[in-house]
Amino acid sequence: MNTENTNIVELCQLEVNFKIKQRFYEEYIKREKKIVRAVDKVSLHIKKSEILSLVGESGSGKTSTGRALLQLTPVTSGSVLFDGHPVEEKNKGYMKEFRKRAQMIFQDPYQSLNPRFTVFDIVTEPLLLTHSRATLAEKEVLALQALEFAGLRPAAEYLYRYPHELSGGQRQRVSIATCFIMSPDFIVADEPVSMLDASVRADILKLFVRMKEEKGTSFLFITHDLALAWLISDRVAIMYLGKIMESGPADIIAGGCLHPYSQALTSVLSIVGEQSRTKRIVLKDETPSPLHMPKGCRFHTRCPVSRENCRIEEPEYREIEPGHFIYCHYPGKIV
Amino acid sequence: MSEVLLELDNLKTYFTVTKGKVKAVDGVSFTLNRGESLGLVGESGCGKTTTALSIIKLLPKEGQIEGGRILFEGKDITHQTEDELSDFRWKQVSMIFQGAMNALNPVKRVCDQVAEPILLHEYTTKKQAMERVKELFELVELDTNLMYSYPHEFSGGMRQRAIIAMALACHPKLIIGDEPTTALDVMVQAQILDLINELRGKLNMSMLMITHDLSIISDTCDKVAIMYAGRIVEMGETKEVLSNSLHPYTKKLISAFPNIYAERKMVDSIPGDPPDLYTPPPGCRFAKRCHMVGGKEVCQVEIHPPLIDYTGKGHYVACHLWRNPDEY
Repeated sequence: MNTENTNIVELCQLEVNFKIKQRFYEEYIKREKKIVRAVDKVSLHIKKSEILSLVGESGSGKTSTGRALLQLTPVTSGSVLFDGHPVEEKNKGYMKEFRKRAQMIFQDPYQSLNPRFTVFDIVTEPLLLTHSRATLAEKEVLALQALEFAGLRPAAEYLYRYPHELSGGQRQRVSIATCFIMSPDFIVADEPVSMLDASVRADILKLFVRMKEEKGTSFLFITHDLALAWLISDRVAIMYLGKIMESGPADIIAGGCLHPYSQALTSVLSIVGEQSRTKRIVLKDETPSPLHMPKGCRFHTRCPVSRENCRIEEPEYREIEPGHFIYCHYPGKIV
Repeated sequence: MSEVLLELDNLKTYFTVTKGKVKAVDGVSFTLNRGESLGLVGESGCGKTTTALSIIKLLPKEGQIEGGRILFEGKDITHQTEDELSDFRWKQVSMIFQGAMNALNPVKRVCDQVAEPILLHEYTTKKQAMERVKELFELVELDTNLMYSYPHEFSGGMRQRAIIAMALACHPKLIIGDEPTTALDVMVQAQILDLINELRGKLNMSMLMITHDLSIISDTCDKVAIMYAGRIVEMGETKEVLSNSLHPYTKKLISAFPNIYAERKMVDSIPGDPPDLYTPPPGCRFAKRCHMVGGKEVCQVEIHPPLIDYTGKGHYVACHLWRNPDEY
């Protein structure tokens, strides 16, 4: 099959549901079930050595997608293909290989590192899985390499420090070194720079681009910052209430997007030193609760150009240009 | 309209720790006119929040104002007693705190919390206070039916609106916004910034906006002051500072933010860490990380360059090499 060679990850109709715990009466007597569809039939593919950004507001299901992809959250239905192989928890043999090849970088470097571990312990922990017989000296060499790559130089100086001695940027570099020591083919980076200062952020992003270019690593870059997504990724997907609204090459953010939601998002983006060029489209109200999903198109309640049909019929996720997918009945520029 | 409302004159706020003193704010001066908004921008740890807390005297007990003066409407308020403060806080100056999610008390109803400053500072009955709360809710575009809810029933944006309502409760002349939109989504951030702008125009308030996000400054502030390591390094009209920045730190900081309308190129970073404020280096505090220094002695030996309006256009900069590094 041809696709096996080009796509590292394929999501097919992925669905992640969370059950809401209810009171005894509703749960067991009335047998009512309340379900939140965090991710609702999402199909995505990530090519080898490509950065795909998943952009969305909080509650849009972008983190759930990333976690479900790595089997950190149970998948309700749909399938995840990694390098052509189905990834399932019951497939123990393949899971071990999958865990080596796919890694995750978490959002908060202040909480994702064990405060009682030294940097050496943190970075070499994944080696228990792969290099279980390695001696301390061998591990040290590998750890030094990884830290060096992550930009902590001189690496030896950081090896026996504790996380509290490091700054936020340095901690995030330790997370990246932990990831890198496995030389993964695919990394899910969940808002890796949202807790960092603007001046440190760029270095971390450059590291991702370097990993992509030198090692051919693929990334799913989860972020709420459209400008950053545009900056580093090859393709972007914009999510709202568990569905992808629009996806396509990164340039669509800089003016080419056709979905009303993505146009609203890009129009409120503040740019240093200049007033916004396009008319600002500020959406009213709040994102509806995923417990009471609007009928028809799920964006119609806030859409500035919704029509009668949007309330009734749910649009399909279709390709309007090669590589440019959209979930909307009436895509087009808002005037 | 150019009446001075707030003036900081060489403010020094130090924190006493076991080792000695951390000079968190070391000689900050600026003026804020009535009806004007000033953005205070800097990275974490540069002293922007400490500056704000010094103005309304909410410093933790280790923090002390060790020098300089704070003038509000021409009156020295640097060393106020608690009694004077109670007349000053909320009525003259109020603050929108960082982290909308945690700034409200979870076990009290929102209306009671918004009414609290009114009951404390104005001699009204509870009924009158509630009427005022209702007005405030309408002002910040919150549904008045939600007045009696608890904070957990509110979303992040609604909580931030409630906090803004609280800040407006006693008709303050100055509002200090400490990262008012940091924890919010892009769309909610746009809503809140629009609301703040609208209210400022309607009520003719001054505002001191503290943020680390340079990109929201151009939408909200008339003037901007860039802080680094406890000092202001550049200050002036927002447009002027952001388009003709003179200080190397400002230049670097601006290039750390991507511009989606320009060519796609990687953002810059500033190598190195900010200096330790316990023993700040002599000379320019930015010298160690500055790309223009290249061994220039003037930056490392002399005292920190003073904040001077070289151009005569109200554009202040604290840099020896502001014109051209080759002149030295």
